[in-house]
Amino acid sequence: MEFDLWAQLPSVLPEIGLTALAIVVLFADCYGSQITRRNVVYISALAMALLALVPLIWLPDPALYENGTLLWGGMVNYDPLAQIFKVMLLLGGAVTCVLAAGDKGVGDKGEFYLIVIIATLGGLMMSSASDLILVFVALETLSIPLYMLASFRRGDARSAESGMKYFLYGAFASAIMLFGFSLLYGFTGTTNLAAIADSMNSLDDGLVAVMAALVMVVVGFGFKIGAAPFHFWTPDVYEGAPTPVTAFVSVSSKAASFALLLRFMTAVFPADLVIAGVVIQDFWINLLVVVSIISMSLGNIVALRQTNIKRLLAYSSIAQAGYTLIGVAALQGADPDLAVASVSFYMFMYIFTNLLVFGGAILFIAKTDSEEISDLAGLNRRSPWLALFMTIGLLSLGGIPPTAGFFGKFFLFQAAVNANLVGLALIAVSNAIIALYYYLVVIKVMYVDVGPDDDVAIGIPRVYGWSLGITALVVILLGTIAVTPIYNWATLGAAGL
Amino acid sequence: MEATGFSILTAIIFIPIIAGVVILFLDGKNRDLVRGVGITAASAVLALSLAVFFGYDNFVKAGGGLVEQQMSMLAAGGQLSGTQMFADALAFEQRVVWVESLGIAYHVGVDGVSAPMVLLTGMVAVAGVLISWNITDRLREFMAFFMFLVAGVFGVFIAVDLFMLFFFYELAIFPMYLLIAGWGWVKLREYASMKLTLYILVGSVFALVGAVAMYFTAGSYFSGPGAEVLRAAVESGILPADSGAYSWSIVQLTLAAENGAYAIDILGVEGLSFAKFWFPFMFMGFGVLAGLFPFHNWSPDGHVAAPTAVSMIHAGVLMKVGAFAALRAGVQLLPEGAESHLPWMVFLTLINVVYGALIAFRQRDFKYVIGFSSVSHMGLVSMGWATMNLTGMTGAGIQMFSHGAMTALFFGVVGMVYDRAHTRDIPSLGGFMKVMPWVGIAFVIGGLTSMGMPGLSGFIAEFPIFQGMWAASEQITLQLGIFELSNYYSVLVIISALGIVITAAYVLRVAGQVFFGEFDAARFHDVGNIEMTDRIVLIILGAPLIILGLYPPIMAPMIESGIRPLIALLGGG
Repeated sequence: MEFDLWAQLPSVLPEIGLTALAIVVLFADCYGSQITRRNVVYISALAMALLALVPLIWLPDPALYENGTLLWGGMVNYDPLAQIFKVMLLLGGAVTCVLAAGDKGVGDKGEFYLIVIIATLGGLMMSSASDLILVFVALETLSIPLYMLASFRRGDARSAESGMKYFLYGAFASAIMLFGFSLLYGFTGTTNLAAIADSMNSLDDGLVAVMAALVMVVVGFGFKIGAAPFHFWTPDVYEGAPTPVTAFVSVSSKAASFALLLRFMTAVFPADLVIAGVVIQDFWINLLVVVSIISMSLGNIVALRQTNIKRLLAYSSIAQAGYTLIGVAALQGADPDLAVASVSFYMFMYIFTNLLVFGGAILFIAKTDSEEISDLAGLNRRSPWLALFMTIGLLSLGGIPPTAGFFGKFFLFQAAVNANLVGLALIAVSNAIIALYYYLVVIKVMYVDVGPDDDVAIGIPRVYGWSLGITALVVILLGTIAVTPIYNWATLGAAGL
Repeated sequence: MEATGFSILTAIIFIPIIAGVVILFLDGKNRDLVRGVGITAASAVLALSLAVFFGYDNFVKAGGGLVEQQMSMLAAGGQLSGTQMFADALAFEQRVVWVESLGIAYHVGVDGVSAPMVLLTGMVAVAGVLISWNITDRLREFMAFFMFLVAGVFGVFIAVDLFMLFFFYELAIFPMYLLIAGWGWVKLREYASMKLTLYILVGSVFALVGAVAMYFTAGSYFSGPGAEVLRAAVESGILPADSGAYSWSIVQLTLAAENGAYAIDILGVEGLSFAKFWFPFMFMGFGVLAGLFPFHNWSPDGHVAAPTAVSMIHAGVLMKVGAFAALRAGVQLLPEGAESHLPWMVFLTLINVVYGALIAFRQRDFKYVIGFSSVSHMGLVSMGWATMNLTGMTGAGIQMFSHGAMTALFFGVVGMVYDRAHTRDIPSLGGFMKVMPWVGIAFVIGGLTSMGMPGLSGFIAEFPIFQGMWAASEQITLQLGIFELSNYYSVLVIISALGIVITAAYVLRVAGQVFFGEFDAARFHDVGNIEMTDRIVLIILGAPLIILGLYPPIMAPMIESGIRPLIALLGGG
């Protein structure tokens, strides 16, 4: 096949843009004037927001993705799934930059933005990777910057510990995953995801080896998305890392991993893969159902006991990973469209929701130097808008209309019921109630409790306030009038799988 | 009625929402402005809901119209005409497609059961704003959340799309939580608000899973064997032209129920049909909010802890939201399930009536008396649903309105007494008729209503419920293993009449001890008469009790027209 550069270029344009941006930011930070350096944050945020338009202008070509034509020598699949995840990752990166801007020791250093850009680059590559080699490279391009970010506040022992823990667990998980990859390569002789499935289909035995590879891959993904029982790094890393970093880790790594998980599982272990009479899909669906139930239940129950806002959000994010896995498990149903759409929509809204909550937390922690939930007391009196923004975010996490979370959860439960996973849906709704309890407790502390500093107002810097306000507006819009376009877009995602 | 472009109901939902957002942007220190926006929005909504109520009244009473048509359909046996009757009875409709691929629409409309509820909500909204006139702590936030709460309640009553019903149901819960937790009675508010919220949410999310299952079952029916039924319904104009097989429209789901789409066996159990399995989830899930035993426990605590305005809207309107949704999403959509489950659930409603009244009798706290009396009276509503005949269900519909206004009035009275006397302990109060004659008279009117005194609305609500129970008695049998229980509804009526006697006892006790007897002038030296705003509250809530009691035709035919489609669905001729 002839190589047509112009046809293939759009699929990696945002990645190219990010690389260029990274170089610009690096030089601006090293050689720029004082003013340039102070504006690195806005350069990064604005550029990433503009890059988010690129996949909307150069759309994926249905003629290519519908029949599974891959680009760049079989490395990249540019389909609607990749498109929607690229957009949300770029927007998430842009919001993160703005939210980090005022944070002392983090946001005032240019390299922070550089690392965020490179991690986002890794996430983008993950969302369209369709070859084992690129999958792994992309994973590491995302992960290694995150390890660095976690230990960004070098002087702070907790931050250093957080980075070290994250690195050790992460490297371990990567190694396990890589071992799984090597097994897959070993008995198929190819690294292309679709080709692996094809040649496994002709295997008569080797069931155990395939299962072993499958389990290893699932363990690796479980770590990346922070699902229980592979969650042990989450609370400590979330608590120890600088808050803007926690915000970034909680959204970008999770979203990119879910994009990859959807693509990887449907490509390598599709529904028609049968080895020695065993339907492989049934096995991994059951595995994911179990992981999902453990994640939701453990995350929510342990979250009940937390007194530190960052640890609370860490356990909440474990539970959120559990909910999202419901959507992946629903791939077994008659309508994989619903499943893929529910996961994409959930991640789309989760990025904004979680950044909104963390955005509030970043400002609060920066102003009061406290991470205790009880110190949020009286926030409604100290800063009505900050309290309102955090409330909107928490309600969205809890799934209460008119916020985006209501639709997010609804789509997941709907996909589950459609895939005959009614039991899982019932467990999930019970969990949603438990979760709502601790979200409501935080809201109650902000609105009801009386704190010692009740009269000390907390001011919101203008840019910060606007970005929180816009994020809050997005969360509300995603729960009301913007549902249809985003959901329809997400529904397209299944077409390229 | 034909679907029109813009519906007055849309204005009813969006005025409070917009007012709430506007209030959030106001200067919190300027209380007059906040109050002004609040009362303006609430009055506008009340005016619109009066327009809806009387507009629907005209629609029902128009000659040769709805009622005759319904009667002739029922006379013909009512088979397969329930959906038609329901669709014809909807008025003030507006439909905008929301999520097209899932068949979710913003679809509003009222029928005979919901029109009085819209009016009730409008009344309580105004009363709630007026009674909160003197709140000083963060009035801006209070008023904004109150507006969101009102919008959510309206949304449930006028939803013709099941998804939208859930959306607004959940939308109402959060502002209620914050209002109780933030402005309620300090001793109890944190505990009570959380308990209430979790109880209600547990019920609603289980109902939501049931609704999703219903959506898929109906969808697969309409895309397979029922395709012809769907096409015929679209052609005859019952459903809009763009209806797909999968839809959340209550009309379409009712059509599926009527044609037996939910009669399929599930879980591989012989005789356990889809409808029978999910009905308890739907009915009891919403029944939680209606205070159905054994899920009533949140209600007295919640009512007592809430600030007066929220108690009023909560006991007055929100409990009706539960009863209404149980009827709409439970009985109407799963009539087969209703026929097999309501005969035993009626025992739960009996416990509500009698046990609620007994506990109310034992309370020392004025507000707890009213809280438990709500549990007791809401039991009568569910009991009315369980009769599954026109008389009893119509009575339950009237009881929803009557109890709503009455209980809001009661909570208003309690709030006015407590604000001035700073205690709600019944034995230490006394003689308040002398200083607060308006309040005393209002309490007596409310009390007589709750006892079912003829001439007041309570009578025309409770009497048909009991009458319906007698009438249902011969038709309903309950199979318990090898035992068959028949003709037991009449026994239940006699027992529940006890509830009325106990009600009379506690009402008279409270009236005697709080409003009559000795007035302790030394202790309550600063208790004075009430202000103008409070008087308006008492009039708004008290007058309908008398009007409805003296002139039932103002509401009864309307509610009957809303119940007849259900009778057809339940297979009654």
